[in-house]
Amino acid sequence: MTYTAAVLLGVAGALVVDLVVLRTRLVTRLVFWAAYPIVLVFQLLSNGILTGRKIVIYDPAAILGLRIAYAPVEDLLFGFAVVLLTLSIWIFLGRRGVQRGPAAGDGSALLRRLHARRSARSAGGGVGERP
Amino acid sequence: MRHLAYVFVLAGCLAAALWLEPVLKVNVLRRRRRLLLSVAPVLVVFVLWDLGAIAAGHWRFDKAQTTGIMLPGGLPLEEALFFVVVPVCAILGFEATRAVLRRPAGDE
Repeated sequence: MTYTAAVLLGVAGALVVDLVVLRTRLVTRLVFWAAYPIVLVFQLLSNGILTGRKIVIYDPAAILGLRIAYAPVEDLLFGFAVVLLTLSIWIFLGRRGVQRGPAAGDGSALLRRLHARRSARSAGGGVGERP
Repeated sequence: MRHLAYVFVLAGCLAAALWLEPVLKVNVLRRRRRLLLSVAPVLVVFVLWDLGAIAAGHWRFDKAQTTGIMLPGGLPLEEALFFVVVPVCAILGFEATRAVLRRPAGDE
């Protein structure tokens, strides 16, 4: 099996875990697609160094040969599978009651100020704050 | 220093994400048990994949740019740590995003 075939199976596996096995359905949520591009930027950066500096070397026969920021395009999918599987398990555990809290942002003065300003603005505009 | 190249990449990833814990109080490191239980299966699955890929010759590692500490199956220590660092950074980034956007993620 080539890396190309393996990574397609890997992405399919991660999607099955998210949608069917753990039913976290992260790929249907806005918050996942808002976070993923941020993670992706850092993936491209770190992966670019690993492959550009030839710390990791790929067999040309195992990949398509299409490269993005030095890295084989397959690595993008590999990273997606790692991130989706991780977050799916993380959310699944929270849903099952494993350390659901303290929630993200609890106790952050910075976020409190940000959200206070945002709700003040939306109140002025006549739009209610999102739940 | 050259043999620390991969270690520096891992350190860079952590540096890019760890500040979210104290600054945005994402409370990811604080929820240590949940973090550990999330990372462990990912580490196992992807280390197995990595070992298979190394055995199949899909990729190899430059000995001059890794510490030389090898795990069974020809897996450099850094490559195994990659599957700890990346999940931790991904969770930190995800929790930071949801804290800012205040959108449901399915575990509320």
